[in-house]
Amino acid sequence: MLNPQLNRHGELTHLITTEGLSRQILTHILDTANTFVPLAQRDVKKVPLLRGKSVFNLFFENSTRTRTTFEIAATRLSADVFNLNISASSASKGETLLDTIANLAAMQADIFVVRHEASGAPFLIARHVAPHIHVINAGDGRHAHPTQALLDMYTIRHFKKDFTNLRVAVVGDILHSRVARSNIHALTTLGVPEVRAIAPLTLLPSGLEQMGVRVFSDMREGLKDVDVIIMLRLQNERMRGALLPSAHEYFKHYGLTQEKLVLAKPDVIVMHPGPMNRGVEIDSAVADGPHAVILDQVNFGIAVRMAVMSIVAGASA
Amino acid sequence: MTSKQPSHQPSHQPDLPTGEQLYETLLAGVHALIAPLERQSVHLVGIHSGGAWLAQRLHQDLGLSGSCGLLDISLYRDDFDRIGLHTQVMPTQIDFPVASQHLIVVDDVLYTGRTIRAAMNELFDHGRPASIKLVVLIDRGGRQLPIDADFAALTINLTKKDNFVLQKTETGAFTLHLEYGNA
Amino acid sequence: MKLHIKGARLIDPSQGLDRVTDVWVVGGRIATIGQPDKPFEADRVIEAKGLVVMPGLVDLAARLREPGFEHRATLESEMRAALAGGVTSLVLPPDTDPVLDEPGLVEMLKHRARQLNQVNLYPLGAMTVGLKGEILTEMAELTEAGCVGFAQADHPVTDTNVLLRAMQYARSFGYTLWLRAQDAWLAKNGVAASGAYASRLGLSGVPVQAETIALQTLFELQRSVGVSLHICRISSAAGVALLRQAKLEGLPVTCDVSMNNVHLTDIDIGFYDSNYRLDPPLRGQRDRDAIRAGLLDGTIDAICSDHSPVDDDGKQVPFAEAEVGATGLELLLSLTLKWAEQDRVPLVDALARVTDGPAKVLTNSMPAIPSCGRLVVGAPADLCLVNIDDHWLVDRHSLLSQSQHTPFIGTELPGRVNMTIVRGRVAWEQGV
Repeated sequence: MLNPQLNRHGELTHLITTEGLSRQILTHILDTANTFVPLAQRDVKKVPLLRGKSVFNLFFENSTRTRTTFEIAATRLSADVFNLNISASSASKGETLLDTIANLAAMQADIFVVRHEASGAPFLIARHVAPHIHVINAGDGRHAHPTQALLDMYTIRHFKKDFTNLRVAVVGDILHSRVARSNIHALTTLGVPEVRAIAPLTLLPSGLEQMGVRVFSDMREGLKDVDVIIMLRLQNERMRGALLPSAHEYFKHYGLTQEKLVLAKPDVIVMHPGPMNRGVEIDSAVADGPHAVILDQVNFGIAVRMAVMSIVAGASA
Repeated sequence: MTSKQPSHQPSHQPDLPTGEQLYETLLAGVHALIAPLERQSVHLVGIHSGGAWLAQRLHQDLGLSGSCGLLDISLYRDDFDRIGLHTQVMPTQIDFPVASQHLIVVDDVLYTGRTIRAAMNELFDHGRPASIKLVVLIDRGGRQLPIDADFAALTINLTKKDNFVLQKTETGAFTLHLEYGNA
Repeated sequence: MKLHIKGARLIDPSQGLDRVTDVWVVGGRIATIGQPDKPFEADRVIEAKGLVVMPGLVDLAARLREPGFEHRATLESEMRAALAGGVTSLVLPPDTDPVLDEPGLVEMLKHRARQLNQVNLYPLGAMTVGLKGEILTEMAELTEAGCVGFAQADHPVTDTNVLLRAMQYARSFGYTLWLRAQDAWLAKNGVAASGAYASRLGLSGVPVQAETIALQTLFELQRSVGVSLHICRISSAAGVALLRQAKLEGLPVTCDVSMNNVHLTDIDIGFYDSNYRLDPPLRGQRDRDAIRAGLLDGTIDAICSDHSPVDDDGKQVPFAEAEVGATGLELLLSLTLKWAEQDRVPLVDALARVTDGPAKVLTNSMPAIPSCGRLVVGAPADLCLVNIDDHWLVDRHSLLSQSQHTPFIGTELPGRVNMTIVRGRVAWEQGV
């Protein structure tokens, strides 16, 4: 089946999921992000690359942080940015997703950055837009959050250099996490020999082993000799719904504390996509400690998103 | 605008100076160019990758302090819509403040002038220089913009099909190859 | 009208027949197979050399969307689609709008179908009022109005006590309950089969236990009550195994499978193609293989189309939000032939699953209905003529149903129906 993210020349024209993208393409994105990192230090942080292009942020699911980083990234590329919080307006009036897209495309959009609660929504959009329009997934349901995974990979590469001799643990609500899925695909594609998932059984999706993951329900076992720990956010809603009894018990057995951290390698890095629930999945001492690289992730996030936009916008129509 | 051109060759002449010879000519030219300027405020900025090699060696041979600037213009090119994002050789490195400084932009070949246009735009995003001068190893004609070098070691008229290749040996010596396209 | 169908290959699984012969139709019934005793002047002679003549298909599940969902389809369009697919009898699930829980509605529906005079329509009555799973319907009244059995469509009853009472009540009258084996709690919010693929796609899964637990509950209640059950749309290998055991045990149970589950697996969903948004969901390779084995050994009695037309608005949305269902009446025969081709199943055996098999389920549920699914002398002349060597492309132009949403869109399928005869009348003809 043809990968809908690639055009007929094999160039990345949409970024919807890290799954199915070659190591070459993932690495190219990371290398391109390198170019944009130093810009943050300049007085003039803009480059004229996407001048005249329109980037529409379509957030059907609310998120100020992610939307803001995309906005900054697009602005630094000199693109015109338009933010639409659809949750508030048309969708609630009954307008279908495709109608919303068609209306916006008519307004000369070049890039749609989309966040939607339904897994697969960006694929549906990509199938229906004209060839010169590019879709970037800012998170769809439980399926994927590719820019987050890419900035996580960038962060890992920055601190650890070589993917091929790492043990990486992803901890938390894997079942509902699009970040976890995108990270797992990216890590395995980039050659990480051991990817671990750590969670109680209620938060693990079936078939995880088929994605190349070693599954642990015992966090202490799972963290042994790990080089990178990616903590996932636990949402409050999960406390009800028969998945978990309480935040207190979760923190005790699956929260990252100093005491559990020492089981990992001495130079382990701790990552988190944010926003953090201090005292639920991560202890403040760890979040603010020397192993945490969470603020670097945020920093790199802008450069990575600039790289993604530049690459897709530059794909031949 | 342009000072004397020591070696003027008509097209399709196989008899060219070597890379090293041209470098010596360039060095002399740049030396003369920066003589009237306050040394502390002069900075060389080489355009990747040929210009960068030249700038680094010039910087050393001229005995300038600090480091020379290295410019990658891929983010400022005017052909993004046609060819997409150009893969970067190395990121731009300007470790000195640009404001009120005299910049000498160095490149191996001056052709259409678009690279220099992009370089100037990029430099202005770093600050407002006091002046920008352009020095090149070879001016091959074919300008599409009103841009000229302040000094060129060699001026030669080439057709679209011809190509210059500047290379650096392990010892750091420059070699130059001129490939003529089919007439 | 007197018809003479000349030189066709007659395949009738109910008699194990597969030979070239002639068929004579008089007064709406099969008059003779082979040579008539007396000379016979036909009103129309149909040259059928090279074609197969077989009983009209009996489809145990086809939604025609009337009443209530006319924007998706109507009786006219869907009955025409049925005839184009060689289907002459079909069973209608009760989830119309309003639900078929009132005798008046059933009568109206039957009346409308009779007026159109195309396919034989057999509606299932709702087992509970509004399909809500709380109050039993007037099953006797509904049967009198024309219902052939009682069902809950895709709304399984969660209150086991209600389920038990419904079984007891149906048993009192000798009615059959047609039920999906689906545990409502485990299936809640699921849009695809639980497994590696649904996990990759981030789609809510329906675990296989939703089917196996429901089956075991149904069988256990059935053991104590003795009611006759027909299990609708089996989907898993574990489910097929339980059914096999139940039949061996001697429980009065039959079962059908959707043609979609005979051919497709969860991976076919691909990049969230909502044409594959189906209920029950498509399961894995092993489940598909078990279904095919179950069809061969008779554990599964029938393949049905599970025809459920959905319009564009219902499908052009993200996968989890899409309406469940696919068009299928026109594809049932072709997909059965394709299965036979792939697994080298003799035609007389494969076609049994869409003729004799479902006919037996139907007559078991309602003995009073006229004979169907067989080409025996005296039976109503419901039959179709098929060119099994011809192929056709499934696309917007070839489909007659009002809905063009099917996972098989764009594929080439074997077997083209040339003519469909219902009660001795040529109801549909290719190219006319």
